[in-house]
Amino acid sequence: MHAEIEKEIRQVINNKRRVLTNEADLASYSYDASFGVFPPDVVVQPTSTNEVVGIVKVANKHKTPIYPRGKGTSLSGGPLPVHGGIVLDFSKWTDTLIIEPDDLVAIVSPGVITADINKMANKFGLMYPPDPSSSHVSTIGGNLSENAGGPRGLKYGVTKDYVLGLEVVTADGEVIQTGGRTVKNVTGYDLTKLIVGSEGTLGIITKAILQLIPKPQSTGTLMVLFDDLFIAGKAISSILTGGILPSKLEIMDQASVVAVEQFDPLGLPTDIEALLLIELDGHPAAIEAEAKRVKEICLEIGAIKVKTAETKEEEAELWKARKLVSPAIVRKKPTKISEDATVPRSRIPEMFQRLKEIRDKYNIDLVVFGHAGDGNLHPNIIADKRNIEEMKRVEKAVEEIFKAALEMGGTLSGEHGIGMMKTPFMEMELGTTGLYMMKRIKEAWDPHNLLNPGKMFPDPGQRFALTNE
Amino acid sequence: MSKSYRLAYEETFACVQCGYCLPKCPTYETTGVETQSPRGRINLVKLLAEEKISIDSAASSIELCLGCRACETACPTNVQYGTILQSAKELITKEMPSSKMELLLLEKGLPNKKWQKAAGRGLEIAQKTGMVSLARKAGIMRVFPESIQAMESIAPMIKMPKKKERKYRVLPPIGKKTYTVGFFVGCIMDMMFSKINDDSMKLLQLAGYEVTLIEEQTCCGALLHHSGKKRETIALAKKNIAVFEKYDFDFIINSIGGCGAMLVEYPELFDEHSEWHSRAEKFALRCKDISVLLAESSLPFTKEIRKVVAYQPSCHLRHVQKVIDEPHQLIKKIPGIDYRTFEKQDMCCGSAGIYNVVHYNEAMEVLDQKMTHIEKVEPDIIVTSNPGCHLQMKLGVEREGKTEKIKVVHIVELLAEACEIY
Repeated sequence: MHAEIEKEIRQVINNKRRVLTNEADLASYSYDASFGVFPPDVVVQPTSTNEVVGIVKVANKHKTPIYPRGKGTSLSGGPLPVHGGIVLDFSKWTDTLIIEPDDLVAIVSPGVITADINKMANKFGLMYPPDPSSSHVSTIGGNLSENAGGPRGLKYGVTKDYVLGLEVVTADGEVIQTGGRTVKNVTGYDLTKLIVGSEGTLGIITKAILQLIPKPQSTGTLMVLFDDLFIAGKAISSILTGGILPSKLEIMDQASVVAVEQFDPLGLPTDIEALLLIELDGHPAAIEAEAKRVKEICLEIGAIKVKTAETKEEEAELWKARKLVSPAIVRKKPTKISEDATVPRSRIPEMFQRLKEIRDKYNIDLVVFGHAGDGNLHPNIIADKRNIEEMKRVEKAVEEIFKAALEMGGTLSGEHGIGMMKTPFMEMELGTTGLYMMKRIKEAWDPHNLLNPGKMFPDPGQRFALTNE
Repeated sequence: MSKSYRLAYEETFACVQCGYCLPKCPTYETTGVETQSPRGRINLVKLLAEEKISIDSAASSIELCLGCRACETACPTNVQYGTILQSAKELITKEMPSSKMELLLLEKGLPNKKWQKAAGRGLEIAQKTGMVSLARKAGIMRVFPESIQAMESIAPMIKMPKKKERKYRVLPPIGKKTYTVGFFVGCIMDMMFSKINDDSMKLLQLAGYEVTLIEEQTCCGALLHHSGKKRETIALAKKNIAVFEKYDFDFIINSIGGCGAMLVEYPELFDEHSEWHSRAEKFALRCKDISVLLAESSLPFTKEIRKVVAYQPSCHLRHVQKVIDEPHQLIKKIPGIDYRTFEKQDMCCGSAGIYNVVHYNEAMEVLDQKMTHIEKVEPDIIVTSNPGCHLQMKLGVEREGKTEKIKVVHIVELLAEACEIY
């Protein structure tokens, strides 16, 4: 980066501590929770819309790319500065977190931690439903950009379903407002939904108005064991068509259960093929009745055991197994590739079958767990990134997982976003024209390709890669 | 960098960069910069090992780590952060030797009983005779760096354990004898808070333990170890292991979160399969914090303490020794106490060995955050479990101008008061 740009940035941000250029700092913003490593030229930590406008104008003048970043928990490479330039780290911009209970909205600045919004809403008897597993770390700005999901997606949807309005800095350095603070709003194009999930490629989110809902009074948890994975998959649809919409419906396959038992014996049987964890929420009386019904449905379809938590402690104990999956599986090998391919719910049993075949074909360590209730599985491949030969097999396996999901009418990403990891597959899902129409939107909003370049849209000939080789 | 030097490179691969450690890291909290986070530091150590970054570039990030190891507790994939950090510290110490003053204090002062006693008695006499307050008034203290001035201002009135006062070697249990324990006194602890050691032994007696105090023990080596001085640490570890081996104690008990952590991690200083490793393991297994033993026994509380109490856990007690519930349980058992938890309770207070002297400004930023959280519960008493935290909390209270209102005590002092041991 030439000295001129740095000088101009320092004029916009009049605080040495929020403009980082030394070697260690640049190395520290070169990664996220995915695979690439790309050092930026400068890291800027803005704390106001004016500062963002100023930085965008500097970038515009010098045609230098800008990459918005939250806490770097992205699993898809969303914030990686793939072409060098300026990383805009929003994690220090946390000054606004206002709950307006009478409107059932939260107004937040982009660096606010997602779980803090829900915590604050709870104080008013309200809830902010999206709950990505990283919600205690990740920023709302990052969640909005990547359209994050979470276990509650089954009943409550993903981030985009709770955004009423945004303040956005455009690629020219102008400020626009989209949407508003009403639940109903049908004026013009829905720019709010267009920006959410656009991964920082169309504009930079500097404020959000989020919709809150009443907090359910209570929750209840069941654990259901199956000795047949196919039947477990069937049970998911049966519960839903049986008239019950759980708040969470998670699955763990045999490999996940075995790994957990080896890591920390909880007393789970390891000869089962699948385990479902079901959370119900609502009025305590309704939960009691629904839990009974879920148990009946599962036993009817062929579950071997159903355990219902009687106390909050028992509830936590049942969820412990799910929490331990990550530490348990990385004991074998250190590298964890977590995908989020999603299929229609009726195809879950088939998807399991396909994953088994892919595991055998490429001889990889694959475990499956995830948000089965909405078809959002997390096939996790355990490998060692120092083993290039193994990583090449993993690359092929991942490619085939995406293909399988798309063939079944599913999608590349249920909740992690496309980032740079999945760009080579975009055309496979959207078709040539579909992708082209998206690209035209990008060109209209950001003609010089300054905002988060290298994301969502593949470069010519780009292929999927987990190694830097 | 010399190729022969081994950084904990393999260990860095266990990090999946999820960022779950970020909210638990005090220096990330105060700086808001990835470089000062556990994830950032692990990445820097990896780059160092790959020779993609210079030691100069990485050093300040490594040096500013408090070593509280809260990130290990938060990590979903069990990254051995302590090992990674330690390897980097040893490299930095080797390549960039620290100041002579620090070396003298660490290498010669701490492990040397005579030196400690001389220094302690010197301070004791100075305090008793009013020399310190005179010096304060005269502004003499201003010639010292701010960090030393701050520490001096909160240092307790030193009362050295006089030989004749501690002529006992074996303290018999009161009531039925349960176990025999050897007591580890520590060096800073025994210099500044010898009364807490005495009270600890009395509490153990009350709880039915036979307590033995042996003279031959030495400094645990934690501060040297944190400064990357492995060779010197090993020498001290061997001495302690050897002297305690001569006795057949069921447990070796201490009241010092930081030293306790060092003692239980002695095996990591030695090559696996070596003779010293297995001796260290046997030693470490017997080392316990006093709260673990006292929580198991029934102490005869005779006095009600009607106070609002907040507890600041010692990081090395919590995140390294994994002693989490016992201190809470003990405090709650005391009749009359209104025990209150506060936000970010398990975050480091910024003391971290000699961190608050060496990195004074950074430590004060961490401390000030801690105080804003603690003050929200309006405590009468802040309870600690390690001398470093104890002094730091006193400094925190003083910085807030609340010395008259908030008392800082070691958990042993609180228990001793409730059992009316004086």
